[in-house]
Amino acid sequence: MAEPRVFRMPSLGADMTDGRLLEWLVHPGDAVHRGDLVAVVKTDKADVEVEIFDDGVIGELLVPEGDDLLEIGAPLATVVDAGTPVSAAPPAPPTAPPPQVAPAPPPPGPAPASPIPAPRPVAPNARTGDERVAASPYARRRAAELGIALASVAASQPGHPITATDVERAAPSTPKAPVARPEPPPIDQAGAMRKAIGRLMARSKREIPHYYLEEDVELTAALAWLEQHNGRVPVAERILPAALLYKAVAGAAAAHPELNGFWVDDQFVPGSGVHLGVAISLRGGGLVAPAVHDADRLSLTELMATLRDLTARARGGRLRGSEMTDATITVTNLGDRGVRAVFGVIYAPQVALVGFGKVSDRVCDVDNGLGIRPAVTATLSADHRATDGHIGAGFLAEVARRLHHPEEL
Amino acid sequence: MFLEPDAAMRAALATIAPEADLDDVGPDEDLQEALDLDSMDFLNFLIAIAQSTGVEIPESDYHLVHTYSGCKDYLARRSA
Repeated sequence: MAEPRVFRMPSLGADMTDGRLLEWLVHPGDAVHRGDLVAVVKTDKADVEVEIFDDGVIGELLVPEGDDLLEIGAPLATVVDAGTPVSAAPPAPPTAPPPQVAPAPPPPGPAPASPIPAPRPVAPNARTGDERVAASPYARRRAAELGIALASVAASQPGHPITATDVERAAPSTPKAPVARPEPPPIDQAGAMRKAIGRLMARSKREIPHYYLEEDVELTAALAWLEQHNGRVPVAERILPAALLYKAVAGAAAAHPELNGFWVDDQFVPGSGVHLGVAISLRGGGLVAPAVHDADRLSLTELMATLRDLTARARGGRLRGSEMTDATITVTNLGDRGVRAVFGVIYAPQVALVGFGKVSDRVCDVDNGLGIRPAVTATLSADHRATDGHIGAGFLAEVARRLHHPEEL
Repeated sequence: MFLEPDAAMRAALATIAPEADLDDVGPDEDLQEALDLDSMDFLNFLIAIAQSTGVEIPESDYHLVHTYSGCKDYLARRSA
């Protein structure tokens, strides 16, 4: 019988070190497929719906829902091949082998190129002194909580690790629900958010030699196009200027792949697709920068709908794990706050961040001299290890060119 | 079935900025500035109002609805 695989606490962003398992969305015995949502994890920045990147059946849930901090890489659940008995019922004895199951087919397409660090092994909980007894991590915890020596617990299936169910069976007088767990300290979400942002930004400024470029982009054509479009459609389908700016950035990133990807282990790793991170400020402080997947291939209407959905979920609901990790380049827009330009800090390990300020009337070059036109200042912060200013300048010129031809966006 | 202007504005605001209170905003204060609404919030505000009052506010009228009293008068006029 194939060894069960382990679903671990994923890295949901370069600023994450640990998370809390808020909610399980699956039960033992549930079939899961690559991309299915299986759990909700609370990080310092958001409640994140976590996908599984495996096909099979959930075996055992190794940790309960709760406020315990779990490191990245901590085992959360076992996953077995479809057709394998799940340990809620004990595994079948060797004399009755399970039906032969074809190995799970390889996942379709290449794995996402997101720079998820390799899971770190997590030290087994050794406080009970039972570390030589084969047992699941959750079983060890339950044993510690219930004050039971693991050595005194019989595995329901000889030769297999002791499960939490075995531990609970060995303590029949104890209620199943964990009762004696100490009250966790209250979570300071705002403080945790500041620390998470601080870690990521400090790392970026410590490791990334930033260079900065700025360019004023005339928006006469873009705003006229928008006005015409928005006059034709109901209010729910209106497009904000920001969507045009982001679409231009996504297209320029596709045309300049040197700026779309990650700096990992002293070399540039191009992104697989343009997944545009969008900095969204949260009410009450802080920000997250979830990804719009394949932003360069979305129509403006689709991009706008995605931005509305993403903003609503970032502020009030839940983001997905892939949205937290997949961004290949990020854009920030402080135009609503009235600033003229923003020179942003790159989200490591990405290599570029594009900033936009407020759209305002400015003196611009026009055909026969100078004129007053609406314009926006676009900036690029880029990692000098990955590119030089020559490439960055070409990128900003491409953003401008695209905004000058809004009908092609 | 459609909401009155004041109720519509309160309901719309509750969905985008639950912690914000219209009572804290002066009648002629800029809603976006006073309530810290960005352009996405304001668009969602207008979408919610369109749904609850049946009044679609065109972009060319945005300058008429950026205060509480302006928005209330506008909705009263348009839904009359």
